[in-house]
Amino acid sequence: MTDAIRAEGLVKRFKEQTALAGVDLTARKGAVLGVLGPNGSGKTTTVRILATLLRPDGGYAEVDGLDVVRNPHEVRRKIGLTGQYAAVDQDLSGTQNLVLIARLLGFSRRGARARAAELLARFSLTDAADRAAKTYSGGMRRRLDLAASLVGRPSLLYLDEPTTGLDPHSRNELWDVVRGLVDDGVTVLLTTQYLEEADQLADDIVVLDHGKVISRGTPDELKAQAGSQVLQVRPGDPGLLDRVGRIVEQVTGSEVRTSESSAGASVTDPAVLPEVVRRLDEAGVAIAELTLRKPSLDEVFLALTGHTAETADGAGAGAPTERTSA
Amino acid sequence: MTAATTAENTAAEAAPVLAPRVTPVIAARHGALLTWRSLVKIKRNPEEILGLTFMPLMFVALFVFVFGQAMMGDWQAYRDFIIPGIAAQSVIFATIGTGVALNTDIEKGIFDRFRSLPIARSAPLVGAILGDLVRYALTVVAVLAVALLIGYRPSGGLLGVVAAGGVVLLFAFALCWLSAFMGLLLRTPMAVNIFGSIWMFPLTFGASTFVDPDRMPSWMAAFAEVNPVTHVTDTMRGLMEGGPVLQPLAWTLVWVAVLIGIFFPLATRAYRNRA
Ligand SMILES: Nc1ncnc2c1ncn2[C@@H]1O[C@H](COP(=O)(O)OP(=O)(O)OP(=O)(O)O)[C@@H](O)[C@H]1O
Ligand SMILES: [Mg+2]
Repeated sequence: MTDAIRAEGLVKRFKEQTALAGVDLTARKGAVLGVLGPNGSGKTTTVRILATLLRPDGGYAEVDGLDVVRNPHEVRRKIGLTGQYAAVDQDLSGTQNLVLIARLLGFSRRGARARAAELLARFSLTDAADRAAKTYSGGMRRRLDLAASLVGRPSLLYLDEPTTGLDPHSRNELWDVVRGLVDDGVTVLLTTQYLEEADQLADDIVVLDHGKVISRGTPDELKAQAGSQVLQVRPGDPGLLDRVGRIVEQVTGSEVRTSESSAGASVTDPAVLPEVVRRLDEAGVAIAELTLRKPSLDEVFLALTGHTAETADGAGAGAPTERTSA
Repeated sequence: MTAATTAENTAAEAAPVLAPRVTPVIAARHGALLTWRSLVKIKRNPEEILGLTFMPLMFVALFVFVFGQAMMGDWQAYRDFIIPGIAAQSVIFATIGTGVALNTDIEKGIFDRFRSLPIARSAPLVGAILGDLVRYALTVVAVLAVALLIGYRPSGGLLGVVAAGGVVLLFAFALCWLSAFMGLLLRTPMAVNIFGSIWMFPLTFGASTFVDPDRMPSWMAAFAEVNPVTHVTDTMRGLMEGGPVLQPLAWTLVWVAVLIGIFFPLATRAYRNRA
C-alpha cells in the first residue's frame, strides 16, 4: 500500500525568503500526520504545495502516488482543504456555500441540497443554514469551512491550524470531528502550533523550524525527547535558588534551567512531584510556587534545537500553556 | 457536531463519480455555477445595486441640469448629447469592480478553495466576469431609464439603443480583463480600486463623453481622438442619435481585439501563477 502523502526535499522560495529548505514527510494512509511549528516555519507553504496551490521550486511530492505538479487535477479529486483562514463566501448562506461546492463536484441539484443539509446538521449549523455567512461567529465560519472541505468526501484532508482562535469548547468539538473522520478512514494532515493538539490527534508528528524538519516521530517519541511535562519551583527566598535547582536536578534527573526567581526541569514521570516536595521540605526550603504543566512549544523547541522557537518576524511562538523565560 | 460523526456513510447520495477530464461542457457548467454565485451577491448586497444604479443616475441629473444650459444653451440638447457618454462612462467605471471582487476572493482564500477543487481552472474567472456583465447591463439600463424619465427620446429607436448597449457591453467585456489582471496582480482590494480609478478618470473624461473634442485644446483633442472611449461613445451616439457608425465601430472593435489580445492571456496567466 502506498502512503497517502510522500514529499521529498520540498523547496520553496519567495523572492529572498526561503520558506521551505528541503522538507521530507510521509503520511500513512488512515493516520493523522501532525505538522508542528511556530509562526513562519513553513506549515502553510507545505500544505499549499501538497494541495496543488503552489508549485515547489525543488523536490517533489505525491498524493496517493500522484505527482502534485504533474497531475494536479487528479490530486484535487482526492483532497479536501481547510485553509488557515476560513474560506467561505461571506455573502452566501451556509446552505448556498455548500450547495455551490457540491454542484461544482457534480452532485445533482437534489443531491447537493441533501449533502449540504447533512453537513450543516453534522456541524450544528442547521439553525443558521439560510443566513449569510458574514453573520456567523468565527467558530461557526470555521465549521462551515471544514464542512465545505468535506463535501466531496475526500480521502485526504488538510487542516491548516484548524483550532487557532477557537475557544476550548469549540477546540474539543473539532478534535472530535477529526477523530470521527479518521474512524471513517480519512487520512488527515494537520498543522498546529500546539504541542497538546498534536499529542491529542496525531499518530506521527513532524516538527518544522525555519522551513526544515528538525524532528519527527510519534508523540511519545517526541515527548521522550522534550519531556512530557515541566516542573517549575519558585522558593520563597530567591537566595535558595541554587539549592532548589540541585534538588530538582537530583529528583528529576534532567537538566535544570533557572531564571531570576525559579528553577524548572523536564519531567517524564509525574510521580516525582511528591518526592520534590518532600526533599524541599527536608531541606527547609519554603516554596512560594510549584507547578507541573505541559511544556510549551518554546520548551519543546529548546529541547530539540537548543534555541527557542524564533519566528521569521522575531516574535516567540504562541502556545496554549503559560510561557516562561528560561 | 459530535453526535453524527459516522453518519458520513449513510448520506442521501454518495459523492458522484467525477469525470476524469474537464470537457468544455463541464467547464461551461462550472462557469455557469460560479456566475450564479456572483449574481447571488448582488441580491445579498443592496448597497451594490445602489452603487451600480444610483451613481449613474446622479451623473445624469447633475450633468444635464448643472452643465447643460452652459454647454449648449439648453439642457435638452446637452441631455441628448451626453446620455451615450454617461452610459459608457458608468460602465467603464464599473469594470473596476471586477478586479476588486477578484482580489477580495483571493484575499479571503475563496480562490484557494476553488483552485483546490477538481473543477475547470477557468471557471472562477469566467464566473466572475459573466456575473459582472450582468452588473454592467444593469448600469446601462439604469442610465437609459432615468434618461427616458427626463424626456430623452433617442431617434435611433429601440433597435439603436439595444445595439448601443451591446457595443458598450462588448467594450466593457474587453476592458474587464485589464481590471481582472490588476485584481490578480495587486496586493489588496484597496490598491486595485485606487489604481483602477486613477486612470479611469482621464480615460472617461478625456474623450467625447461630455464635451466634443473639437472644443478642447489641440493636445487634449489629440488624446481624445485616439482614446477608445471616444470611439465607443461615438458609436453609441451614432446608433442612438443617428450619425456615422461604421468608422467608430471599426475602431471600437480594433480596441476590443487589442485589449482582449493583451489582457486575456495576461490575466489567465496571472491567475494560474498567483501564489
Ligand atoms: N506569498 C508569499 N510571499 C512572500 N513570502 C511568503 C509568502 N508565503 C509565505 N511566505 C514566507 O514564507 C515563510 C513561511 O510561511 P508559512 O506561511 O508557510 O508559515 P507558517 O508556518 O504557516 O506560519 P503561521 O504559523 O504564521 O501560519 C514565512 O517567512 C513567510 O513570510
Ligand atoms: Mg500558516
